[in-house]
Amino acid sequence: MMDILARISKSLIAGEEEKVGELTDAAITQGVPPKQILDEGLIAAMAVVGDRFKAHEIFLPDVLLAAKAMYAGMDRLRPLLVTQDLPTRGTVVLGSVQGDLHDIGKNLVGIMLKGAGFEVIDLGNDVAPEKFLEAVEQHRVQVIGMSALLTTTMPVMKTVVEMVKEKGLTGRVKVIVGGAPVDADFARRIDADAYGFDAANAVEKVKSLTGVS
Amino acid sequence: MTFDVDHVVPDRAAVLELQGIPPETGLPDHLEGLYAAALRLLTENAAPAAVLADVSKPRFGTIYQGEGNNEHRTPVADIFPAAERLALFAVTMGPQLERAVRACFDANDFAVGSMLDSVASASTDRAADLVQARFRAQLDRRGLLRSDTGILRYSPGYCGWHISGQRRLFEYLEPEQIGISLRDSYLMQPLKSISGVLIAGPRDIHDIADNYDCCESCDDHGCRERIQSLFAEQAADKTRQSE
Repeated sequence: MMDILARISKSLIAGEEEKVGELTDAAITQGVPPKQILDEGLIAAMAVVGDRFKAHEIFLPDVLLAAKAMYAGMDRLRPLLVTQDLPTRGTVVLGSVQGDLHDIGKNLVGIMLKGAGFEVIDLGNDVAPEKFLEAVEQHRVQVIGMSALLTTTMPVMKTVVEMVKEKGLTGRVKVIVGGAPVDADFARRIDADAYGFDAANAVEKVKSLTGVS
Repeated sequence: MTFDVDHVVPDRAAVLELQGIPPETGLPDHLEGLYAAALRLLTENAAPAAVLADVSKPRFGTIYQGEGNNEHRTPVADIFPAAERLALFAVTMGPQLERAVRACFDANDFAVGSMLDSVASASTDRAADLVQARFRAQLDRRGLLRSDTGILRYSPGYCGWHISGQRRLFEYLEPEQIGISLRDSYLMQPLKSISGVLIAGPRDIHDIADNYDCCESCDDHGCRERIQSLFAEQAADKTRQSE
């Protein structure tokens, strides 16, 4: 069992999408519990990828190739995981704020959060403040993640933080912000819980906010 | 004006920098493949187009004021009164390229999508370089180019020029004619578009200190490189003349 999980990890780290899919199928056939494949094969490997990226041993495209390989494995596991109603590491709602159509950075955060085992509800771009709150109500959301690339759209982030307060969700729902014009000082000023300076850092911050080791 | 896509293919180093890869890095084969795929998609989907229009200094002064949101002291406000010629410009890579990036992400081809996004950004800069070159050629044809003429471009949203300045720039330039629209947030659509002013004058006028209020919040300081390149251009001209 260990052998196949190690092979899944190795292939994922190498960004070998097809191989990860085939090995995941093989692991399922061998009777390895889906959650074990997910945790010890896919998520563990993505953690290695994240660490190597942080250490500048690999580059962003390598991370994204690994993420694609992870999705290939996840596609095989998802029907089984849904059947078993296994909990994720947490649910994050993401969006580029109202007025902003830039979504590459936000997409990268979503991809890496999924790689870390989080459920991601991606609202896309140009997202009105109330849409974030609607998503919080509809799903068991722990974290709201907002991205802005324009100084003119940054105030929307403050509006969302205020709406979280007004709804009495402070503490239960955390808010993380990011994007080129955003910094830690701005995050503090608007009372956001965290600021992610890049996608990998955002994942670390979300893990910290949700108490995931 | 339109450009052949081949003319806006960006420098490899510029793309790699946007991907966070040091330019001197030798790319392994699988990353070379991604880069090649992104360039192919650029060729298939980009439709670079631009508008360029002369503007007088008084008129630009009004445009630059915009909605009155600029910082108190800005580089452009100090530079343009000493300019000899000004032109407004806008350039876009067209809507199809943006759709191609999105399609990559929708297909889980994240690495290609991200690389294409970087290629598209760098090629938009390249197209803006071509507009600048076109402006220079126009000045040359009209006998308005001197040996010490330096041209640099400045855009709303940078160096203390508030992004709301886009409104008046658009009113004057009408870049809608090449498919660029402006949203309420002053965001241009397609996203891979650049607008701004080209300022031509003695090179020295561009040689500003980076001690403006806006410089404090700038984590880029790309102006230093651009000013340096302007004077490197001058040195190269002198070398050519002495030969």
